[in-house]
Amino acid sequence: MDDLWNYLISRPTDAGWLNWLIPTVLQTVTLMVVLLVALAFILLFDRKVWAAVQMRKGPNVVGAFGLLQSFADFLKFVFKEIVIPAGADRTVFILAPLISFMLAFIAWAVVPVGPGMVVSDINVGILYLFAVSSLGVYGIIMGGWASNSKYPFLGSLRSAAQMVSYEVSLGFVIITVLLLVGSVNMTEIVESQDRGMGILNWHFIPLFPMFVVFFISALAETNRPPFDLPEAESELVAGYQVEYSSTPYLLFMIGEYLNIVLMCALLTILFFGGWHSPIDVYPLNAPWLALLWFGLKVIFFFFLFAMVKAIVPRYRFDQLMRIGWKIFLPLSLAYVVLVAGMLLLFPDLAGHFQSWRS
Amino acid sequence: MISAVAFYIFASIAIIAALMVISSKNPVHSVLFLIITFISAAGLFVLMGAEYLAMLLVVVYVGAVAVLFLFVVMMLDVDFVELKQGFLRYVPIAGTLAAIVVGELIMVVSVWVFPSDAELARAHPSPKAMEIVSDPSGPNNIEQLGLILYTDYIHYFQIAGVVLLIAMIGAIVLTFRTRKGVKKQDAVKQIGRKRSEGVEVVKVKTGQGL
Repeated sequence: MDDLWNYLISRPTDAGWLNWLIPTVLQTVTLMVVLLVALAFILLFDRKVWAAVQMRKGPNVVGAFGLLQSFADFLKFVFKEIVIPAGADRTVFILAPLISFMLAFIAWAVVPVGPGMVVSDINVGILYLFAVSSLGVYGIIMGGWASNSKYPFLGSLRSAAQMVSYEVSLGFVIITVLLLVGSVNMTEIVESQDRGMGILNWHFIPLFPMFVVFFISALAETNRPPFDLPEAESELVAGYQVEYSSTPYLLFMIGEYLNIVLMCALLTILFFGGWHSPIDVYPLNAPWLALLWFGLKVIFFFFLFAMVKAIVPRYRFDQLMRIGWKIFLPLSLAYVVLVAGMLLLFPDLAGHFQSWRS
Repeated sequence: MISAVAFYIFASIAIIAALMVISSKNPVHSVLFLIITFISAAGLFVLMGAEYLAMLLVVVYVGAVAVLFLFVVMMLDVDFVELKQGFLRYVPIAGTLAAIVVGELIMVVSVWVFPSDAELARAHPSPKAMEIVSDPSGPNNIEQLGLILYTDYIHYFQIAGVVLLIAMIGAIVLTFRTRKGVKKQDAVKQIGRKRSEGVEVVKVKTGQGL
């Protein structure tokens, strides 16, 4: 059993290409299937949370407690007709949702969900994530432009401006974490928060302001309310995806939700100790509980995302830009300088944060 | 073997996409092909062991610069008929320029001597990038780059930073203008407002009014 597990999570590059290929394919397929199925229930969870806030029942017809609602929606989307507007650029129009969907998936390749459980443990993991998430804006721009219509175009322009703005502060927040960790590898970022004191070692304590900035920027980056200006139902009809129907729309939506869950996973990894238990005593920090902790933390952050959507009113576009450029950018920049300066000034502090290396 | 296949895939995609950048009629398609070229170049960087540069290429060029390109190009109101009208008139000049550039390239390439591996090793005694990357105990890509950039080349690095800063300030100065009569929101003022300033309680005597 252990041997099989080790075979599946490790990928020996020197034991023949078959021994390398089989675990890789299995890992990738497992990750994708688990993500998609989990996403179906996360969507339902999202809707149930809003419903609870608004004192409704939420979806409760399909399956027990409406558990199968997402699958019913999925079938409905898939069996509808794909409408392509007459003046649309057909290739780009179809390509846009595919790109959104694909980028949301490939980002997950470097996310460690448990000890050793990562498809690709590359050296520049967090940079890869940052790069891929910065590509996500193309799906939106291409979709808005290819529709050849004013509403989607305006929606996509607003969205692109918003995503580019908030990426800057996201980048600086990531840099503060990297300064404390001293590594860009995702697994090492998680391991660095395991220094024997459980929750007290997690990065959200020394970097609390950055944690808040990251959370809000993640909302803006994934176009979630209160920053859902790209698709503001009441102002822009549906933003960049007005002209989309059926499966292409579904791909956009899955991509969007995957990105949201990815941001929750990033919050978990960067600030909340990844798969580590909050209390570092035996039955809780057992290795086979790692996945559970990771899942619980991700769902906790997703719950916060859902609550924000339910209770915070939408920001105006100029307010959104003001927060991004005039508040978050200087704040995160100042924090980068502060953290770097403190680490240089007090070598003991740096030694404390990087004691995981020994 | 795999890396060779990957190299040919990335390289051919990069070249084809680069050709499409200049040959596609729609400028937006051109920019999209440019993005494909960038990403293929990033793939080539990864194959060379320069993973950090690859990621930076994607973040900076694809994630930021190309987005701005796309912004500008999408909002251009290009009239294709009008564009084609001047085509014949400019063919002689463009043809001459192209011939000159091609001639120069041929001259450069014909005298280009590719150094053998031994000569390369003598010229650059440092280990190859792949060897550095595959050595888990040694400094990785980012650390090496940092060690070089912030020690030997710190002045160039800072000069580059200052040049960028000047460019940014210049762009802001050129486009910045203050308009009068624009209603602006002052968040600090709004948050700092107290109840006593916002509400005035007035006792109105019956039959008299204010």
